[in-house]
Amino acid sequence: MIQIPILAATTAEITSPAYGGDTLNVVVPLIFVFVLATFIGWDVIRNVSRLLHTPLMSLTNAISAVVIVGAILVAGPQVGDDHPAWISVLGLVAIVAASINIVSGFLITNRMLRMFKTRAPEQKS
Amino acid sequence: MSPEYRELIVQISYLIATVLFIFSLKWMNTPKTARRGVVSGVWAMTIGVGGTIIGPTIAVESLPWIALAVIVGGIIGIPLSRVPLTAVPQRTALSHAFGGLAAALVGTAKYYLWLDGELTTFRTFALSAEVLLGGLTFTGSLMAAGKLQEIIPTRPITYRGQNIINFIILGAAIGCGIALIINPEWSFLFPILLVLSLAFGIMLVLPIGGADMPTVIALLNSYAGLSAVAMGFVLENKLLVIAGALDGASGLILSIIMCKAMNRSFRNVLFGAFGKVSTADVAGEQKPVKSATPRDAADMMEQAERVVIIPGYGMAVAQAQHRVRELYDQLTKREISVKFAIHPVAGRMPGHMNVLLAEADIPYEDLVEMDEINRDMAQVDVVLVIGANDVVNPAAKTNPNSPIYGMPVIDADKARAVLAVKRSMNPGFAGIENELYTLEKTLMVFGDAKAVVGDMAKALSGEGGGAH
Repeated sequence: MIQIPILAATTAEITSPAYGGDTLNVVVPLIFVFVLATFIGWDVIRNVSRLLHTPLMSLTNAISAVVIVGAILVAGPQVGDDHPAWISVLGLVAIVAASINIVSGFLITNRMLRMFKTRAPEQKS
Repeated sequence: MSPEYRELIVQISYLIATVLFIFSLKWMNTPKTARRGVVSGVWAMTIGVGGTIIGPTIAVESLPWIALAVIVGGIIGIPLSRVPLTAVPQRTALSHAFGGLAAALVGTAKYYLWLDGELTTFRTFALSAEVLLGGLTFTGSLMAAGKLQEIIPTRPITYRGQNIINFIILGAAIGCGIALIINPEWSFLFPILLVLSLAFGIMLVLPIGGADMPTVIALLNSYAGLSAVAMGFVLENKLLVIAGALDGASGLILSIIMCKAMNRSFRNVLFGAFGKVSTADVAGEQKPVKSATPRDAADMMEQAERVVIIPGYGMAVAQAQHRVRELYDQLTKREISVKFAIHPVAGRMPGHMNVLLAEADIPYEDLVEMDEINRDMAQVDVVLVIGANDVVNPAAKTNPNSPIYGMPVIDADKARAVLAVKRSMNPGFAGIENELYTLEKTLMVFGDAKAVVGDMAKALSGEGGGAH
């Protein structure tokens, strides 16, 4: 019979090396971080002016390109027996994809925001 | 430097980056501080990436390759940031695709890296979620970009049993994921999961029409964020989890706003295939319409005290925003109050109209949201509708048989007079008849929006024009 580990596990089992050693110590804090960050995001973004929804989207594009960090962690380690070269290549392609978003995301956001102007103090007549 | 010390620097850099990312979004609250938000975001990214490179697992030998990849990405990214503003929806969809691609690639790399006994239950769960979300965001966003660029037909592509097939693909993908979680060593399932995710992304966007694109882009934005969160769980990286959660929340809020603005549910947008609505019961007897020349229209606006311009996707297609600005200048010079009424789903992505009008140097104080302008609509002398259709259709309020019944609309019909610029009397998207055009107080101005609005501005500036 197949046992679903996540259901069968006791606390002792979860914290044992077979399940990743410190699942409780690592995973649970990450879940807290995720939940709290979602609430912060919700509250901050709810207040973004509707005028700026297009720039907001290109800005969050650039911000979510923080996946470059994960790509660097995959591409970065010394290539060898326990880190084949093709793994690093996948990481490098991911870095290219993420840097496209970082560069174009921030630049186009800035370009769009420069266009939002208030009415000139003295109207041309 | 000892590995512990390097790791400490990494964590400190992530903490600083987190704070800066949150400020970056907070400063987007108003146009006054928004550019500071971009600066803050750039710093956050620089510090986060810089910290990662210092980390203990990164080998010095890899750094030139990483730098090369960043430079290649930058070279591709710069032209993508210079696209015309009418193409911003495509660009946004394309960048969601790159985000999804990066997530799926990192997930794939990590799965095979951990295959020799390091795949824990939780890691496999997070990996499956990352690859599923990344894969479907990649192909789904490519499809959306293709539709927006009109490489792929914009109309909804539907066939019998579509929803069932979609659910089967998604179900099979989730099934693969669950099987992998139970037995991470069954590596033959991993490519299947990847292919199913990619296929699901295509199938999901295939039946979605052009007018639903704002919702779909916002939803894909949310998925791109969630795939970053899943990557954060895979790599046990707090910065990824936080930045991904911020992005996910942003996409979710925007999709909810878009859905509300169309009075539709997520389920309806994704599985409803809006374009299929039969027009047979809507098309009534052909009522006569009255038409006017651009000069007549200009004269009417010149007599008015308050003018409201309602732009729609048609203005973007015709690239008419700069002509609109000329008209705006001519009218404001005569001390006529001119406001723009912006419907949340006008255009092809959230906020699209605001950016186009800002590009044409129209001060953002004069861009007014639907709810706000509707309160004053009865005091408006002339409404000028440019390339908008469904968002001003009174049938949404009055006709329960209309496919758009219940959708919030701009009350153009409450103004004293209505001018509508339109190419022809062909009903717009989904073939919905618009009663606004047949009202007693409505005058149609037929022609290309750019030419017609240009003629109006010329008539006002006294250079003749109009050619009638």
